[in-house]
Amino acid sequence: MKTKIQPFWPSMAAIFLAGFIFTEVADNEFYFFASYVVLQAVIMATAWNILGGYTGYVNFGSAGFFGVGAYTAIALHKAFGLPLPLLILAAAALSGLIGLGAGYLTLRIKGVYFAISTLAMAIVLETIANNWEYVGGASGAYILTPEDSLFFDSYIEMLFMLILSLAIGSAIVARYLSTSRIGQGLAAIRDDEVAAECNGVPTLKLKLISTSVMGAMMGVAGAPYPFFVTFVDPVSAFNLLIAINAIAMPMIGGTATWLGPIIGGLVVGGMQEIITVTISSEMNLLVVGVMLVGFITLAPKGIVGLVQDYLKKRRAR
Amino acid sequence: MSVPVLQITGLTKKFGGFVALNQVSLHLGRGERLGLIGPNGSGKTTMIDCISGALINDEGSILFEDQEIKALPAHKRARLGVVRSFQIPRPFKSMTVLENLCIPLDFAARDRVGHRHIHDQAMEVLQTVGFADHAHEFSADLTQVDLRKLELARAMAAKPTLLISDEAMAGLSSSEVDEILEILLTLNEHGVAVIMIEHIMRAVMRFSQRIVVLDAGLKIAEGTPEEIVQNPDVERAYLGE
Repeated sequence: MKTKIQPFWPSMAAIFLAGFIFTEVADNEFYFFASYVVLQAVIMATAWNILGGYTGYVNFGSAGFFGVGAYTAIALHKAFGLPLPLLILAAAALSGLIGLGAGYLTLRIKGVYFAISTLAMAIVLETIANNWEYVGGASGAYILTPEDSLFFDSYIEMLFMLILSLAIGSAIVARYLSTSRIGQGLAAIRDDEVAAECNGVPTLKLKLISTSVMGAMMGVAGAPYPFFVTFVDPVSAFNLLIAINAIAMPMIGGTATWLGPIIGGLVVGGMQEIITVTISSEMNLLVVGVMLVGFITLAPKGIVGLVQDYLKKRRAR
Repeated sequence: MSVPVLQITGLTKKFGGFVALNQVSLHLGRGERLGLIGPNGSGKTTMIDCISGALINDEGSILFEDQEIKALPAHKRARLGVVRSFQIPRPFKSMTVLENLCIPLDFAARDRVGHRHIHDQAMEVLQTVGFADHAHEFSADLTQVDLRKLELARAMAAKPTLLISDEAMAGLSSSEVDEILEILLTLNEHGVAVIMIEHIMRAVMRFSQRIVVLDAGLKIAEGTPEEIVQNPDVERAYLGE
């Protein structure tokens, strides 16, 4: 359990490198579009898990933070023509701040009530976007894909590398949070908040860190989205399906570790893409639903939990 | 004269119109063992909630080692060394026994004892309470008496100066009561002042050097166990007229 050689950093470097080689080798742009969607799902699942899995607060407002990220990018792009990295930073800052504020207002409530309040918050944010004419209001906003795609062959290849880097970044953050002292404190809060506080855990502070990081990460996932789809309206940016996916993926992958939501995002997101292409786009929603029900009833610890149990049994033999 | 560990003056706590604690004063010397008794609803748990920070008192002052703590959040009080155990054990269920102890060591006791070798320190505590065999069991799998032991071991891992034990023995068998009592006495030998809330009179009488009796939010008696047994007010509070 203790310090063995950590394969984490080499694997992250390898994944980045593999992504880069992928952009050089593959020439069907569909692969990049599909991978983008899957990686965006990975970031959102990872973000959700920081509050939902580590801290034990189930949040239905993911779409709110995602939408704030997307609309921050649209507004700042329109107003100042800022480059994408700055837009992402700004989106992270703003949605992180909203996470902090929402956390401060809602963390005194728990369970179902907390979940409902996050859902309400997402609706409030959507309503604001609906009435904000500068970014298109209810009729939405078009983004012209910039000409510049660095040294990649096409813009989508660049976006793919960008979202891959962001996904790796969020994995690093999530892993740090789960393995550090903060992660221990969050786990204590999840298990028993009152006991945690009485054992010296600064519960309010840690919960606010948790909501802020979750919000910021969701915003990061949302910021490049307008450039990916080139048309954003409040219905698509604040879609409840985004929130449902963000919950389903960590649940299916396993909420106890940082790896769970990544695996969940890859598996569920990947399947959704395949089903969308091979069967139909309605079908992929059904599949998520069925998988979620299946995992919650049969394997509540998710894919990671299944694998861990299997390894434990094999070692015991 | 040395500074008392705890000096409570005129503590009042109201819930709406109901006065749960009415001008209660209490003091506790370094390493002292105090029993806090009273019928159900007399305000014992409200009292320790106010001391540990789960509730904020309306009036009065709570001095811990001469420092006013009544406005501090619970985790800050724990960090100073005011630690409580819970009547109904509240383990961190996803963690092993050892990991349960690492939480207070890493948070409550961190500023006072440092954060080196936390696992070794946790193991030491488990050995002191004779619970080391269970170190790697998950707390969700423990029996009731073991959960009580874990509760106390975890409190001990917070390196308290003052431990408040809230009915650690309720519902246990006679031999189990002795085991828990032994743990509390061991803790006390390490210089920890203990406030014990308990309904099991045998345990309270044996453990306490001094006893405070609450009834309907008022302190009605205070004295040595022998004095308390003979006090007519106490008898009346427990048995009625």
